[in-house]
Amino acid sequence: MSSTGYYVPPTSRWPILGSLAIGLMMAGLGAQLVYGSATLLIVIGALSIIAVMTFWFRDVISESHLGLYDSQMDRSFRWGMGWFIFSEVMFFAAFFGALFYVRMFAIPWLGGEGAKGVSALLWPNFIAEWPLLNPPDTSVPSPEQVFSPWQLPLVNTLLLVTSSITLTISHEALKTGNRSLCRNWLAGTVLLGCCFIFIQGVEYYEAYQHYGITLEAGIFGSTFFILTGFHGVHVIIGTLILIVMLARVMRGHFEDSQHFAFEASCWYWHFVDVVWLGLFIFVYVV
Amino acid sequence: MAPKIPQQSPLQHSDTVATAGGIPQHAAHPTGWRRWVLTTNHKEIGTLYLIFSLTMFFVGGIFALVVRAELFQPGLQLVEPEFFNQMTTMHGLIMVFAAVMPAFTGLANWMIPLQIGAPDMALPRLNNFSFWLLPVSFTLLLSTLLMPGGGPNFGWTFYAPLSTTYAPSSTTFFILALHIAGISSILGAINIIATILNMRAPGMRLMDMPLFVWTWLITAFLLIAVMPVLAGVITMMLMDINFGTSFFDAGGGGDPVLFQHLFWFFGHPEVYIMILPAFGIVSAIIPTFARKPLFGYASMVYATAAIALLSFLVWAHHMFVVGLPLVAELFFMYSTMLIAVPTGVKIFNWVTTLFRGSISFESPMLFALAFVVLFTIGGFSGLMLAISPADFQYHDTYFVVAHFHYVLVPGAIFAIMAGVYYWLPKWTGHYPNETLAKWHFWFSVIGVNLTFFPMHFAGLAGMPRRIPDYALQFADFNFVSSIGAFFFGASQLLFVLVIVLCVRGGKKAPAKAWEGAVDLEWTVPSPAPLHTFETPPVFQSTDK
Repeated sequence: MSSTGYYVPPTSRWPILGSLAIGLMMAGLGAQLVYGSATLLIVIGALSIIAVMTFWFRDVISESHLGLYDSQMDRSFRWGMGWFIFSEVMFFAAFFGALFYVRMFAIPWLGGEGAKGVSALLWPNFIAEWPLLNPPDTSVPSPEQVFSPWQLPLVNTLLLVTSSITLTISHEALKTGNRSLCRNWLAGTVLLGCCFIFIQGVEYYEAYQHYGITLEAGIFGSTFFILTGFHGVHVIIGTLILIVMLARVMRGHFEDSQHFAFEASCWYWHFVDVVWLGLFIFVYVV
Repeated sequence: MAPKIPQQSPLQHSDTVATAGGIPQHAAHPTGWRRWVLTTNHKEIGTLYLIFSLTMFFVGGIFALVVRAELFQPGLQLVEPEFFNQMTTMHGLIMVFAAVMPAFTGLANWMIPLQIGAPDMALPRLNNFSFWLLPVSFTLLLSTLLMPGGGPNFGWTFYAPLSTTYAPSSTTFFILALHIAGISSILGAINIIATILNMRAPGMRLMDMPLFVWTWLITAFLLIAVMPVLAGVITMMLMDINFGTSFFDAGGGGDPVLFQHLFWFFGHPEVYIMILPAFGIVSAIIPTFARKPLFGYASMVYATAAIALLSFLVWAHHMFVVGLPLVAELFFMYSTMLIAVPTGVKIFNWVTTLFRGSISFESPMLFALAFVVLFTIGGFSGLMLAISPADFQYHDTYFVVAHFHYVLVPGAIFAIMAGVYYWLPKWTGHYPNETLAKWHFWFSVIGVNLTFFPMHFAGLAGMPRRIPDYALQFADFNFVSSIGAFFFGASQLLFVLVIVLCVRGGKKAPAKAWEGAVDLEWTVPSPAPLHTFETPPVFQSTDK
């Protein structure tokens, strides 16, 4: 227990403004989806969220620089980030669970297998297969072919695994006080992240243009896009976080022994990497 | 129930700030509305949560009374069936997500730092954010009632395809509102876990913590584990509705039953999220008023953990009639019955704590005792429902409605009321008016049983739930239920009266407001000053 006591911040306007910003964006998103006329509201909401986050983190950084945070506060941040990542794990678990359920139960049953084979009566000509290229209802668009895992997906796997290694080198450099080494490897990590996002974009383009894999293309398209899509969003967020960290390293932020923001970013990046490995295996390979 | 808080030194560490150069915004603690909106103080945020919850309790209650008014007599009486469906749905959603859960979070905010000797929650700004997301979320949710096509009308469990293919267009807003509420719950739970694991007074081991803290630690874990799954499943709904995906559409190779699996993987831990903190409150109150230490402290902790772990393995008992493979019927039947064991441990411990105690019957104790008896009734009807072949008869009847209202109303809500009466002296510095509180208690007990006991019979005789009309033979049961519901609803106004009177004045309470109370919160003055335990107390373990 430190001698100065635990720092309880004074009143702050960011929580309430952040809530209102989220409300604004969600209302806009809903209005856009239902009534198709609220792009402006979404943009204002999203910009407000970014602004609030910027100001909120600015407060945290300045408090940290003022030396208000002790080791106990550091542990609070660690628990907070750790449990946040656990919640993210469970978020992806829902989508993986859906994929496994569909592949192991729903489709075989539709094909007439097992105790629930009665659902095969709905579409007698349906043949159970995975990847599902012929959805039961013929009015549902069907994918023409699926990606070979050993082309772009493998490249992406190598990119992300490499990026985890480069990030670790950068972190080790920070810990030993070698700032330029830290900066360079971090910049390299950001670059690898950007390459991943670009290749994922190419893959999506290919999916829509040449493979017939779309959101509407039955359960294969649904699970493919929700898993890779949410993962892609997380890579984008992770890359933005790393860019912020890069800017902070270049401004001389962090200490050799005290740099939890950087460490938390590393945790997040490794988490995104591990999710990709799950995706690579279960969405692309098997 | 705003506590009367003496104006104190606004800053935790004005010394530190002064020596470090100071941040300009470190001004005096603001007054008026700014004090409540911008606060980072766990007591003020706790109060906000509790006021929000009480407000929503009445909103959800009014929706329930619309349902009961319609069901007062057979035949379509007052409202359109479409509106009736919106009322059953909104009643469930509001009570679960806006009344019961925020009430427990509010109690956690107020009491956990006091019970573990912490100066505040671990992440105070995040705490305020968690709260303010709730009014935003439920404004959005309630606004769906005014949208073209009406609000959500598919029941609080929003099964696909009712909630996707056949849903009103406002469903998208319902999904987004629920996302905001989910963010609030996850952030709140992260804060509570960090507080409990990191902010305990020196010397307080995990097994020294009061049970309310223990049950909340486990509840917070459940919240972080399952709220993201809810976020996932409603996102899939959003995609099915707006982007043409086939998650819950068999025509595209998906499965509507997948929705139910995902929903109940969230939903069953969710019902324990609503009852575990109640166990903690009752475990504080019964020893206090029996003037005996809690019997079997360690077994209470292990039983809570066991219930939480089992809650991940029982979800499909909500789906016995959907067409599960036989092995799944059997597995989920036995795993569900297994939950009766740790729950039985708890009931046994409470009863044994009472055994040969010097019991007095103040209002918190009355609610806690009613909890033990009436929650047990709900537990037993749950055990009946767990039996898969029997459930084929009970499923989707009023028997299910009776079951979960017994565990939620005289279970969760009575425990919340018990906690409010127990801790009001600490919050306000005054005892609640005991006479009025006892009237409130007896009216509530009678109202609850009048409302929900006849539902057992109506359900066993085959009356389906969520239908605005019913066959003539159910008329008497429904007549009694409706009278009971209005009686119960009206008697909750007494609750508000007691709280308002207590905030404004009443018999002064000392620091240790109850003779048999032992936990740390009773060592600080009543009302608790805005800042407590700025210097951590040294905790002496008593080896429970």
